[in-house]
Amino acid sequence: MYRIEEIIIVWFSDLLKKIRGRDLIIAIPYVWVFLFFICPCLILIKISFSDAILASPPYTSILDWLSGTTLQLRLNLGNYLTLFTDEMYIKGFVTSIFIAGTSTLCCLLIGFPMAYAIARSSEKFRTILLMLVVLPFWTSFLIRVYSWIVLLSPAGIINNILLNFNLIRAPLSLMNNSYAACIGIIYAYLPFMILPLYSAIEKIDNSLTEAAYDLGCTPLKAFFAIIVPLSMPGIYAGSALVFVPAIGEFVIPELLGGSQTLTIGRLVWNEFFGNMSWPTAAALSIVLLLFIVFPMVIAQKRKDESSFAMEA
Amino acid sequence: MKIHWTKFFLFLGYMFLYIPLLCIVVYSFNDSRYLSTWTGFSLRWYKALISNQIILQATWTSLKVASISATVSVILGTMAAIVFTRFGFFKGKSLFIGAVTSPLVMPEVVMGLSLLMLFVGLEKFFGWPNGLGSTTVIIAHITLTLSYVTMVVQSRLQNVDKSIEEAALDLGASPLKVFFVITLPMIAPSIILGWLLAFALSLDDVVIASFVAGPGSTTLPMVIFSSLRFGISPEVNALATILMTTLSIGVIIMAIIIYKKNLQNGAKNETIHYSIGK
Repeated sequence: MYRIEEIIIVWFSDLLKKIRGRDLIIAIPYVWVFLFFICPCLILIKISFSDAILASPPYTSILDWLSGTTLQLRLNLGNYLTLFTDEMYIKGFVTSIFIAGTSTLCCLLIGFPMAYAIARSSEKFRTILLMLVVLPFWTSFLIRVYSWIVLLSPAGIINNILLNFNLIRAPLSLMNNSYAACIGIIYAYLPFMILPLYSAIEKIDNSLTEAAYDLGCTPLKAFFAIIVPLSMPGIYAGSALVFVPAIGEFVIPELLGGSQTLTIGRLVWNEFFGNMSWPTAAALSIVLLLFIVFPMVIAQKRKDESSFAMEA
Repeated sequence: MKIHWTKFFLFLGYMFLYIPLLCIVVYSFNDSRYLSTWTGFSLRWYKALISNQIILQATWTSLKVASISATVSVILGTMAAIVFTRFGFFKGKSLFIGAVTSPLVMPEVVMGLSLLMLFVGLEKFFGWPNGLGSTTVIIAHITLTLSYVTMVVQSRLQNVDKSIEEAALDLGASPLKVFFVITLPMIAPSIILGWLLAFALSLDDVVIASFVAGPGSTTLPMVIFSSLRFGISPEVNALATILMTTLSIGVIIMAIIIYKKNLQNGAKNETIHYSIGK
């Protein structure tokens, strides 16, 4: 008859003998992401179905033991229902999609000519030109947003210049609206658009456009008939890379958008820090994740399709 | 004619990227508190910055958090990258890949919120982590940066010739020895870059830190963020200039080192692919 500790020790040393180095290399990062990524997500889903109460932590448990043997699962769908009936949240979804969509489009319009110019410049300068695109990304994100406060605020540089040249009498309110939030997002995420576009355009064979010119194509027609279709994988990848972080963005709308521009990210923050309503914040987060998964699936599908078409 | 147009667009694009940052640098040397008047060159905001205890304290916290989380993240990320590229199928591999890479696209608010809920739950059941503080911020930042490091190291591992490792294994070297003698030197540039990326991301994060930081562990971005809510501040101009200069110089030096190293190895285009980062 072994004592329980001995059984555990024997079992554990057996386990240790069985573990190979390979398993350990899998296990260590796996345990980490399980504990600190998968578990938090499950908890988030759980809390999104519970009731808010005044306690610490401020939500009810969704599993209850009734009379010892019955386990009761209570899912409160009310949190999700509120999100799709309350005008404030619906407006938040619309604002987020509007801001993310506009910024993605503008990034594409600014980024495409830049990526094209870099890809067509001499090989010697390409690395430097790309470094110049990436360098602002390495400077602090907050400072890049702050630079637009310096430019756009009522006491900021643009208003000062306009006032000094007597073009306006009173400062314009350039900040604290959804367009300022768009500018901030375009500025912060432009490199993410340029880099995939560049790598797509760089691969296009120059002789294709030359052939088109020889056959009598105008430069503009050649651009839309050859360059644009062939850079589609880059367009989809870049758009996803801008749209996805833009839709969940908190800092930029908070600092540049003013109190009216309530995006989903800000609503989550306000529900949590302002209203102390954990279940609503959790439900909002889950809906936000759905908003992100959807465009990513589309981008992936389109990317697969176009790369398939290219191979064919 | 066409070439001139593209160059013109490129010039405009770079103006858009750099003029806002230049404005901060210029006005950080303005003696006046206001942007409307230029009263002369002065270093007074830099002096004010050095004597600001809150900012100094927060800078120290941020550097500590960033260096610890970048180091742990590089170790875990290299392991994950090896699992991704060198190990065959095992049960739950797709879940593992999904969980490692998802933080790349997860909104920061969602990540901060879910991690805070985890920490509160853990504390309720196990009495750990016993209040929020630097530890919780470090854990959150490791989880955030792990995905970036894994991606950077993985893209390098895919390009490294597997047959060299296989040859060493055939000649009787243990897998551990093969890793340290052969694989590690070849992927070293990407590990350094992953560390820098993780460091920069951790130094930059305000949202996740706001959720999981305790009273004594306010990071530098949190201090900057709360002062930005009050609008333009000349001290932030000075701080921003210092941060931008140090980070840019660091990145440029790193890029040159990696570029030269890659030139020796005959793979010069990889510098760019690494520096894409996010």
